Order: sequence, then C-alpha cells, then structure tokens
Amino acid sequence: MREVTYREAVREAMREAMRADERVLLLGEDVGRYGGAFGVSKGLLEEFGEERVRDTPLSESGFVGAGIGAALGGLRPIVEVMTVNFSLLALDQIVNTAALLRHMSGDQFGVPLVLRMTTGAGRQLAAQHSHSLEGWYAHVPGLRVLAPATIEDARGMLAPALADPDPVVLFEHAGLYNLKGPLPEAPAPVDIARAAVRRPGRDVTLVTYGGSLGKALEAAAALAELGVDAEVIDLRVLRPLDDATLLASVARTHRAVIVDEGWRTGSLAGEVAARLGEQAFYDLDAPIERVCSAEVPIPYARHLELAALPRVEGIVAAALRTLGR
Amino acid sequence: MSDPGRDVDREAGLALLHMMLRIRRMEEKSAELYSAEKIRGFLHLYIGEEACAAGVMRELRPDDAVVATYREHGHALAKGMSMRAIMAEMFGKVTGCSRGRGGSMHLFDAATRFCGGNAIVGGHLPLAVGLGLADAMLRRPRVTVCFFGEGAVAEGEFHEAMNLAALWRLPVLFCCENNLYAMGTALARSESEVDLVRKAEAYRVPAAAVDGMDALAVGAAARRALEHVRAGEGPYFLELRTFRFRPHSMFDPELYRNRAEVDRWRERDPIALLEGRLRAAGHLTDEARARLERDVEAEVADAVAFAEASPLEPEGELDRFVHAEVRA
Repeated sequence: MREVTYREAVREAMREAMRADERVLLLGEDVGRYGGAFGVSKGLLEEFGEERVRDTPLSESGFVGAGIGAALGGLRPIVEVMTVNFSLLALDQIVNTAALLRHMSGDQFGVPLVLRMTTGAGRQLAAQHSHSLEGWYAHVPGLRVLAPATIEDARGMLAPALADPDPVVLFEHAGLYNLKGPLPEAPAPVDIARAAVRRPGRDVTLVTYGGSLGKALEAAAALAELGVDAEVIDLRVLRPLDDATLLASVARTHRAVIVDEGWRTGSLAGEVAARLGEQAFYDLDAPIERVCSAEVPIPYARHLELAALPRVEGIVAAALRTLGR
Repeated sequence: MSDPGRDVDREAGLALLHMMLRIRRMEEKSAELYSAEKIRGFLHLYIGEEACAAGVMRELRPDDAVVATYREHGHALAKGMSMRAIMAEMFGKVTGCSRGRGGSMHLFDAATRFCGGNAIVGGHLPLAVGLGLADAMLRRPRVTVCFFGEGAVAEGEFHEAMNLAALWRLPVLFCCENNLYAMGTALARSESEVDLVRKAEAYRVPAAAVDGMDALAVGAAARRALEHVRAGEGPYFLELRTFRFRPHSMFDPELYRNRAEVDRWRERDPIALLEGRLRAAGHLTDEARARLERDVEAEVADAVAFAEASPLEPEGELDRFVHAEVRA
C-alpha cells in the first residue's frame, strides 16, 4: 500500500492507459504544457509527446467533436473538459452526436470516447464554475456516466471506460483532487456497472455519489453517535443506475435519504426516489428524503456557498426524520 | 469561339451524367413517394445540386470518408451506396442502410465510409476533423471529405473546425455547397462577409470557388484540392456555387425567393449542361441517352420494389444498439 491523492490516481490511470495502448491520446485545454487546469495531466506531455497529449484551443465543441471523430476513426481518445459548466458548449457534440450515433446508424458507427470533466462546488468559484450537472448527462441514452468518489475508483474506472465501445462521461468532483488515501501498488480492476455499499448499516440508507460521498460518511458517523446505524451507498455509475443494489439496501433498512449536489428539481435524486417509489414502495417505512443543493446559482461568498450545498447536519436531520426523530 | 465540348473526357463525362441522372431520378421518385405517404418526416431534395456530389466523389478513393448533411441522398449514392439501401431507409424498413432508424436525414454506411447523414447544421464539421486526426496519427493515407451548406459557416463549429484542421494540418477537404439560401435566409441577409473563400483564408486554409453546376469543373477543382490534402499539406476549402431547384423541404412554401430566380438557375441545370457538352463533343447519341434513362429508370423501380417488399424492424428491437452488444 502507498498513499496517493485522487489527482495522482487519475494521472496514473491515464499514464497506464497510454503506455498500454498507442491509440490512447489526451485532448483538451491546457492538458499539455500547463499540466492540466487541475494539475491532473502533469508530466504526461513529457512522457508521451505533443501528438498524444494535445493542447487544444478554447473550442469545446470543436475538440469534443474532434474526439468523437477520432474515436470513429480508430483512436481511443480521452477528452478533458475543464468543468461541466464549459461542457455545455459541447453539449451538441455529446448529446446530438456521440450518444446517438450507434442507434441512429443501425449499429454501424460507435464512439469509444472517454470524456473527463470536473464538477461541483466548494472552492468559492461562483456560479459559472461550480455546478453539478451530472444528472443532465445521466438523462441521455447512449451515454455511460461515471462518478468516481474514491481513490480506488479514480484509479480504476478509466481502463474499463476506455475499453467500452461507447461514450463514457467521467465526472471528477473538483473537491476530491486533494483527497489522500491508500492504494495498492497494483490496484485491482474495478467494474463500471455496479453501485457500492461504502458503509453497511441497518436503520437508514444514505444514497449518494461523487463529491457528496464524504459528507454522507460523516453524517453516518454522526448518526452512529446518536444510535442510528446508517448504510451508505455510492452510486458510482449514474447511468445506467444499478437498481438492484439500491433495492437490496432499502429492503434491509426501509428508509432512504438521497444526497445529491445537483439541484433538486429534475435531479438524479428525483430519479432515484422515483425508482424506489416504483420498486420498493412496500419496503419503505417512511417518506423518502432528499438533500440537494438549494435552487440558486452557487454564490461566491463562503457562507452562502456552504448554505447552498448539502451539509452534514442536513443529512443527519433528514435521516432522523425518516426515523420519526 | 472554341468548341465547348472539345475537352470533355468521354468516360468521365458519361459517368458523371449517369451518376447525376441516378440522383435526380431517385429524388424525383422520392418526392412522388412522399406525396403518396410512403416516405415521411423531413425530405430535403438535392435536385439542382447533383454536380457537386457527383463531381467530388468521382475523385475519391474507396477508403476516403465522407461526412455529409441531411440533404445527402446524392452524396450517399455517389459514394457508392446502393439505391436499394437508401430507398429502404426512407421507407423506414430494416433493410435500409440504417435499419430504418435514421430516415432520409441519417443515411450511414460503414462499408463505403459514409458517416452520415448529420442534421445539426455545422455539428458534423468537428467530426470530420477528428476522422482526419485519426488518419494523421495512424499514418493512413486517407482523406475525409466534409460537405455542408453555406448556412453552416455562421455556426461556431465551422470556425472551430477550420481552426483545428488548419492548426493540426489534417487531411480534410471541406466542401461548402453554397446554394445561396440557408433554409429561407439568403446569404447576404445572414453574413457580413459573403465571400466564403475569405473565411477559409482567415484560417490559412487554401480555398477556391468553383461553378457547382459544372460537374467537370467540380471534378477538376476537387482533383487539385485533393492533391494538396493528400500531399500532407493540410485541409482545403472548396466553395461549390450551386442552387437548389426545389423547396428546402417538403414543408417549405418558398415565400423567400421568386420564380424568376429559380428559373434563371434552372437554365444552368447541371445535367442539361453536361449533356450538351457531351453531345457537342460527339460523345452522346440520342440512343445512348435513351439507354441511360432506361437503365436509371429500371434501377429506381428496382429500389422502390425492394423497399416496398422489405420488412420493418420488429418493435422488440427498439432498444437494441443504444450500446454495443459486443463489448471489446
């Protein structure tokens, strides 16, 4: 075991993929000489050269589209988009081309593309750099949407994503890059199909993903002090959702709180709640609770930003409500 | 005055005439079938613009890729797709090139490297850049040809794609079919600079404009452009000046242009133009012309019969191919 950061884990995964397969290249704004806006790709240019670690102009639609074309042409591109907010400039390429091509062409053209982007708030970057729009991407058939929340997943999800014959969108919460944790010298492969139980418990299920996993685990620890044994589920895969893991958990706990940094209306949390309502209605002993971001653009001022985001105490309170406490 | 037919290469001229006739007659039949409600959705006819697709495509090699727009029946046929597969697609049949999932606007064919059939104006230009990038990085001597209308030059994706292709010196031939109207909006009403060649030059992409009603001139211009691209000199921009004789789609009442303008362009019908030159050169007899027409008519009839007789994709297959069924 060794101690690495989430950032280093992603970098190591990219390095391994590029060493293993000549067809893998990294495209994006400032991924080369700058080393990545969040320092993730630092050192890759030196090892793999300008052809494979390719700095692009500020043309999100252009370089995401070029990544799609390159994937069609036989390469295995990793396209880095600086933030999910910027990815909206490339939404046409992602939704109207990458996601549709296989079905629309009658299975003739697939797009084996990995799109990495940062998401989320917490660093006082204000409204145009802080949103969580994972749920929008999870709405679209044809995409696989991943949210690595742990060091192990940051390290392990890239390889299966690159092996996928269809487009995969990988969300890295910007608040996680400095997260430190142990990683084996040769990490075991991970799947990109299942949710994970990060903390087993009997009394209530906390369902979350990405940057909110830490808060859910903290809330579970606080709940334990109050005598409540919370189970924490990390969705990991936001599309397609792993219903089985969710349903099995709720069948044990009979209560669910969904924690989602996205806005409540039309959210992924809403989708999870609907599925539990449809498939676990008779298992539930209390109304489903949701802890989401306030329905406002994320503000700059620290206290306002914190007030807009899901908070540990909010999760604890929601869990206690499901228990009638 | 020199003989206008003097330089006409017999074989090339007849092949182009045959291709343009195939496109024209297939589309005339499509319009008829649309009225008969056999073909539905959007149907964008290429009639009047046939010299562009026919002229460029003749200069391509089989493994060159084509990325086209939603007005792409002609390009698909000229790239080598079968009329049966195109017609069946428009009928929504499973034997169609895209299993009936795409329709008129989304013709695809991996075998001839025909990458659509793309119906977001400008959206497919970055795709062409990426195909070019893959060829460049994998050291494959192939070219990607991207067709789009002049309306697309107003899109940001046009400018992003031009810049990327030029910056990375990619083997992409951009063919802008300037038919003067983006749906109903005339070029001069939508662009501050109507000289499209200058837009390409702004990205240091070599560019030329050519008479898009003259199939032989289009062929010659495409040949020069492709020489540049195949030599590894980077992208090239070709403006093909043309005109669509029919409305934008079957829903278009054509309020934005007058009859006289359409009639003026019809006098320069690309099929009649080439036919005249071939006749003047002594390469086309009445008998040969009639035979050509009969052959094309038979091909269209066969394609329609095939489409009619073809089955629909079973409803149970609706959700197949959202993702690959065979995973790497």
